[in-house]
Amino acid sequence: MSAAASAGAKDPGAALPGARLDWIPLALVPVLALAALPLVGSPPTWVTLTVAGLAMGMMIFMMASGLTLVFGLMDVLNFAHGIFISVGAYGAASVLTRMAGRLEQPSLASDLSAMVPAVLAAIALAGLLGWFFERVLIRPVYGDHLKQILITMGGLIVFEQLIHVVWGPDIIPLPRPGAITGAFIVGEAAIERYRVLAVIVGLALFAAMWLLLNRTRIGLLVRAGVENPEMVESLGYRIKRLFVGVFVAGSGLAGLGGAMWAMYQEQVTAQMGMQVLVVIFIVVIIGGLGSVGGCFVGAMLVGLLANYTGYLAPKLSLGSNILLMVLVLLWRPRGLYPIGKA
Amino acid sequence: MLARMLSGDFPRSRVLTAVLLAILIGLAFAPFIFPGTRSLNVAAKVAVFVLLVASYDLLLGYTGIVSFAHTMFFGIGGYGVGIAMVKMGAGWGALAIGAAAALTLSLAIALAIGLLSLRVRAIFFAMITLAVASFFQILASQLSPLTGGEDGITFRLPEPLQSRLAAYYLVFAVALALFLLLLRVVNSPFGRVLLSIRENEFRSEALGYRVVTYRTVANCLAALGATVAGILYAIWLRYTGPDTTLSFDIMIDILLMVVIGGMGTLYGSAVGATLFVVAQNYLQDLMKLASGAAKGLPLLPDLLHPDRWLLWLGLLFIVCVYYFPSGIVGRLRARGL
Amino acid sequence: MPEPMLSLAGVNTHIAQYHILQGVDFEVPRGALTMLLGRNGAGKTTCLRTIMGLWRASAGSIRMDGREISRAATPDVAQLGVAYVPENMGIFAGLTVSENLRLAARSGEPDAGRLEWIFGLFPAMKTFWNALAGNLSGGQKQMLAIARAIVEPRRLLLVDEPTKGLAPSIIANMVEAFRELKRTDTTVLVVEQNFNFAKALGDTVAVMDSGRIVHTGRMDALAADSALQTKLLGLSLEAHQ
Ligand SMILES: Nc1ncnc2c1ncn2[C@@H]1O[C@H](COP(=O)(O)OP(=O)(O)O)[C@@H](O)[C@H]1O
Ligand SMILES: [Mg+2]
Repeated sequence: MSAAASAGAKDPGAALPGARLDWIPLALVPVLALAALPLVGSPPTWVTLTVAGLAMGMMIFMMASGLTLVFGLMDVLNFAHGIFISVGAYGAASVLTRMAGRLEQPSLASDLSAMVPAVLAAIALAGLLGWFFERVLIRPVYGDHLKQILITMGGLIVFEQLIHVVWGPDIIPLPRPGAITGAFIVGEAAIERYRVLAVIVGLALFAAMWLLLNRTRIGLLVRAGVENPEMVESLGYRIKRLFVGVFVAGSGLAGLGGAMWAMYQEQVTAQMGMQVLVVIFIVVIIGGLGSVGGCFVGAMLVGLLANYTGYLAPKLSLGSNILLMVLVLLWRPRGLYPIGKA
Repeated sequence: MLARMLSGDFPRSRVLTAVLLAILIGLAFAPFIFPGTRSLNVAAKVAVFVLLVASYDLLLGYTGIVSFAHTMFFGIGGYGVGIAMVKMGAGWGALAIGAAAALTLSLAIALAIGLLSLRVRAIFFAMITLAVASFFQILASQLSPLTGGEDGITFRLPEPLQSRLAAYYLVFAVALALFLLLLRVVNSPFGRVLLSIRENEFRSEALGYRVVTYRTVANCLAALGATVAGILYAIWLRYTGPDTTLSFDIMIDILLMVVIGGMGTLYGSAVGATLFVVAQNYLQDLMKLASGAAKGLPLLPDLLHPDRWLLWLGLLFIVCVYYFPSGIVGRLRARGL
Repeated sequence: MPEPMLSLAGVNTHIAQYHILQGVDFEVPRGALTMLLGRNGAGKTTCLRTIMGLWRASAGSIRMDGREISRAATPDVAQLGVAYVPENMGIFAGLTVSENLRLAARSGEPDAGRLEWIFGLFPAMKTFWNALAGNLSGGQKQMLAIARAIVEPRRLLLVDEPTKGLAPSIIANMVEAFRELKRTDTTVLVVEQNFNFAKALGDTVAVMDSGRIVHTGRMDALAADSALQTKLLGLSLEAHQ
């Protein structure tokens, strides 16, 4: 940074708030967790449920973050986002079933030697499909919401069918690697290993995205573009290129999320993308359209709530996230972290 | 006389007129022209879906907003009748009460959704309706004492409607009447304001039209139309369940019918719905033949497999959105056929 | 006479089905400040947006420094050295002042000396260097928008109503800033409604009405001819004096 700039940066006279974090929505996550403790009663159960909720939230975040970024930057709401999730899951399944041998040995190294390629295949496949979507389907209808929704729905119909053509119509069972099956026992609480893995991957991803968005020039461009793409272009940047990059990255992330989700569920179906899509939309709405941080908080809230209610009132569980959405919208009509335009 | 019935909105294409006449005559005399349970089922489904799709077109084609809650309203109609018939017995009173309750509930929900989300952005509306509709699906499967869960509700109808013929003509007559009513709506001053909002929201607002109000009213009318369609379908099937009304697959079917038939032309809904329902029932037979013929070739048999018929309609859908936004009807009119 | 920095000839612009610009002709001479005046809705904003490539001209020619740019994409127009301050200022509210300026510096970091110069014009930029742009006052936002346009030397500045909604004291600050800018021989095109502001700064002037240019000439000549002012700008003028 230049001398003048850093001199300005040290200026203590700045009376206006800077880019300070709005912590209230963030605080909702621990508040929700703590509020559930007396209701659940038994602490070990609570620990298990909380870890499960966080793990689920992380996976939802992986699948949803791309959607919210794409929406924020390009004003495109991709109803076919679920396809990237399904394709990621199928891609991972194809690799894993071919490497089933490696999963049978009880070593973490050999498990990883199958899982890493599987996840990479998922990301690559979904990213490639994302590139195709952006180039062929969405590019001609930028700026036209109605056509965007219709075209992405069309893409959803066609690609869901093509998945059946390529991978067949049946559910594919997925072997879960031995090293990450089973649970750690901490005190009396059982914590599934896979959930810990999901939390670690999710946190790493969030940290990487945060750094990319807040500490790099590309991130600066993306944040500005989310707010006002026209102005970014007027400053001389070709935002279309940025669009493609973000779209492919977002699709890849959805593929990653799909792969993780499939391994969690231990099976793959063509409808799974569409099934989680509703949850993803809810998370994106709760977080504030276009906000990655909001998406993260929203995903955690939805994940935790689903697990607590699943234990406390199973009948309510499936609908809990909609109730959460309604409450959030009543409190903040544009979501937890509203972004400039709307 | 004819002009008044059609609200002055003629098909404006000779081929289209012929097709519409064929549909009308086919439906009006279906029990006599196509005897047999399967074809009568197809005819009743066509009648119901023409109404369902036309009411959806009021939203998509005439107002320019995408809703994913249309099947929810369809389902509310079906469940309203179903629940009333089961709980109160197979009488006309129960039928009326069930229908009235369903219509009231639909109206209230449509109003709430519209007021909550239509003032924000049209795209927000699409997401909210998707969420609310999926909530209803969950509700229907969880409240199984009332809704029968995944199995749905089978019920008996009051005596005269036990006759297939009577039930069919009830369905046909109500669907036709409401279709003509919708035609009246879109050709009224109200309908013209909707179109001008769709063309340029900015201008319409500047001209003093309350865009939110118009959209909300359109949303309510569409919801009522879907509810009536749901009532009719339940009456015809003497059954209502998640797969026949609420499922997201039906929502996709509706989108396909509207777009392929022609958005913003109610006649397109009629053509689209007929084409789709007939294809759903008979295209698969055709594909079975084609798939068999392509045996031995790579991939082609899979692509032509009867279960993949949606793939081809999906492609047709995409082509329509890009190149023929007013669908089959628009094409026919543009080419002066 | 040297070639003008920017010249428009027969420019037509349609927005949806509306024919907004109906043949716009005028020139922006090099190193001078040109005022584009006209009543509300005359098409001034549309004109700037068409130059930037944010609306596509349906006919006519726009030449920047001898190059045809009427078909160029917005980033390309900007890369040719055109900076644009839109009517709504277009600042990034969720970014800090420093981030706003860093983004505007296409070569990477803003030059230290240039920044000092900008801080001299608009001291608030220094004070609020790390503040979120969205938290600035209206006047400060306008200053940031202009600072962003000049953070690197540009060949042509397009500024849409820089005084809109500003308090008189801030307008005085703006006048000073534009005077300083004129000393650097930057070519500027300013859209204005405030005639006093225009009179104080303009070298040449063009007046629009209903999508056409209805007058071009020297600013001081127009300032001296109150009959012509009334004819061209009507009563809206008095409201601003
Ligand atoms: N997005 C738009 N859609 C339709 N008409 C528009 C749009 N933007 C501007 N207009 C119309 O174009 C004309 C010129 O507008 P504008 O260029 O903003 O005028 P000015 O900046 O001189 O006040 C006005 O009649 C305005 O209503
Ligand atoms: Mg203007």
